[in-house]
Amino acid sequence: MTNALATVAVAASALAAVLVLLLILGHVVVQGLPALNPAFFTERPLPPGEVGGGVAPAIVGTLEMLAVGALFGIPLGVGAAIYLSELGRGSLARVVSFTIDLVAGLPSIVIGVFVWAWLVRNVVGQYDGLAGGVALAIIMIPIVARTVQETLRLVPDALREASLALGIPRWKTILRVVLPTASAGVLTGVVLSLARAGGETAPLLLTALGNQFFNLDLLQPMAALPVQIYQYARSPYPDWHTKAWGAALVLITLIGALSALTRWVVGRRMRALSH
Amino acid sequence: MLSLTDAQTRARSLRDSIPLGEVAPSPSPPLPAAPLRPPDTGPSLDVRGLSAWYGERKAIEDVSLSVAPRHITAIIGPSGCGKSTLIRCLNRMHEVVRGARAQGRVLLDEQDIYAPQVDPVRVRRVVGMVFQKPNPFPMMSIFDNVVAGLRLQGGVRMRHLEEVGERALRQAALWDEVKDVWKKASGVSLSGGQQQRLCIARTLAVEPAVILMDEPCSALDPIATYRIEELMSDLKRDYTIAIVTHNMQQASRVSDYTAFMLAEADRIGRLVEFGPTASIFTNPSERRTEDYITGRFG
Repeated sequence: MTNALATVAVAASALAAVLVLLLILGHVVVQGLPALNPAFFTERPLPPGEVGGGVAPAIVGTLEMLAVGALFGIPLGVGAAIYLSELGRGSLARVVSFTIDLVAGLPSIVIGVFVWAWLVRNVVGQYDGLAGGVALAIIMIPIVARTVQETLRLVPDALREASLALGIPRWKTILRVVLPTASAGVLTGVVLSLARAGGETAPLLLTALGNQFFNLDLLQPMAALPVQIYQYARSPYPDWHTKAWGAALVLITLIGALSALTRWVVGRRMRALSH
Repeated sequence: MLSLTDAQTRARSLRDSIPLGEVAPSPSPPLPAAPLRPPDTGPSLDVRGLSAWYGERKAIEDVSLSVAPRHITAIIGPSGCGKSTLIRCLNRMHEVVRGARAQGRVLLDEQDIYAPQVDPVRVRRVVGMVFQKPNPFPMMSIFDNVVAGLRLQGGVRMRHLEEVGERALRQAALWDEVKDVWKKASGVSLSGGQQQRLCIARTLAVEPAVILMDEPCSALDPIATYRIEELMSDLKRDYTIAIVTHNMQQASRVSDYTAFMLAEADRIGRLVEFGPTASIFTNPSERRTEDYITGRFG
């Protein structure tokens, strides 16, 4: 009797979680679809009152800042993971591990404030896309590092020994044997971190600021989808609210597509580890 | 560095005589397979007073024995007697384990592989190793597995990877079974016995002089075991082989010399007896050897 009760309770909470997700997704789709048209993807935002316009600068800006984030965040995250899993010993490894946990737990607004104080105010001198990318990189590093480290642990020592016994140096063993075997985990970490960084708003408000115009220059203020959503959503205009939903739908689709693609690739590669 | 007689020097391929501490180009090896070498010359391994530890725990103590050139030397003994530890010391794989260390001398053609200037990576190119569980690289095709050692060792870029790979697979008696799929099929798509022969081929491809085998058949069925044993008998024409096995029948079938190891109550492995396989199995001089061989324990 208690067993049945527990089963029902657990199933209900699982169902509730799914329900919440479906509600959000459904609502975004229903509210956002009316905003979507070709111009939405190709044009820049227009002032209130004018009909049309789109979020193209925000899409471009998000992609560009994610690229910058990936450029710094992925190598550093993978490097930290390799260090912790393959080389790290003693107190330095403990410090690195603890620091990664700490950064992972930092509120993203704090990261934004830090990058603002450092890059925006002291180096570049104005709000800029580069600072946005760096803030995203800092958010990505711990996610990449933890995911990759977990997968590296799954790589059997037998493979490392096989490689070393062939007279392959340790660094090449790590880069050419261990890391490729863990490629599913590397990919998962990269996508998880991109998805998380892609939705970040607070640090970008303080760094990239947002921009109503097309801008590819990393040293200028840059638009981003989450920032655009924020700006549209807090406006008093119904048309902009619709556009906020539309932009949200675009952002969700972007991240969803990325995850789906990885799941497909990872699913095939993960089998390598199960042997 | 290596002190060899002229006849020996001429007899061996260029590859074998690479001084362990230096970088030398690896020439693309000539076809056909077996280099012409007189029997009974070739690299030997002399173990002198070898002890090994895992952290604080001593695993083997004061082991001395010789691995004869172009013969098969079997190391037998019950579980936990340190036979795997011993063989892993012979190409400096023991120290790969965290906290593990070894003391003593292992002379590869009179060059101590534990001398301070010796690079363990170089040692492992001359003394190859096959492990208990077949361990092909899962992300690589059969071809990539076979040539992995050559590709990843660095140094001179190899042009004849296909020939080398094919020859190694032929030597390991795997070629006929995989020749149609070797560029596409993954190494882990093979059966256990095939995987182990692939691992042997992978070891042969880097042209070692000595091959160490750590219970290479214990994960295989009898037929696959038989094929590996056959293969070892073929390989000893060109290679010096040491094999760890807990299968006494296997030791008596394939080996020329046998070392019997035992760990007493202190759990430290020591060499009990070493000699020609025939005399170890028919006329052991130690009571403990006789007890083990006749199945009274272990």
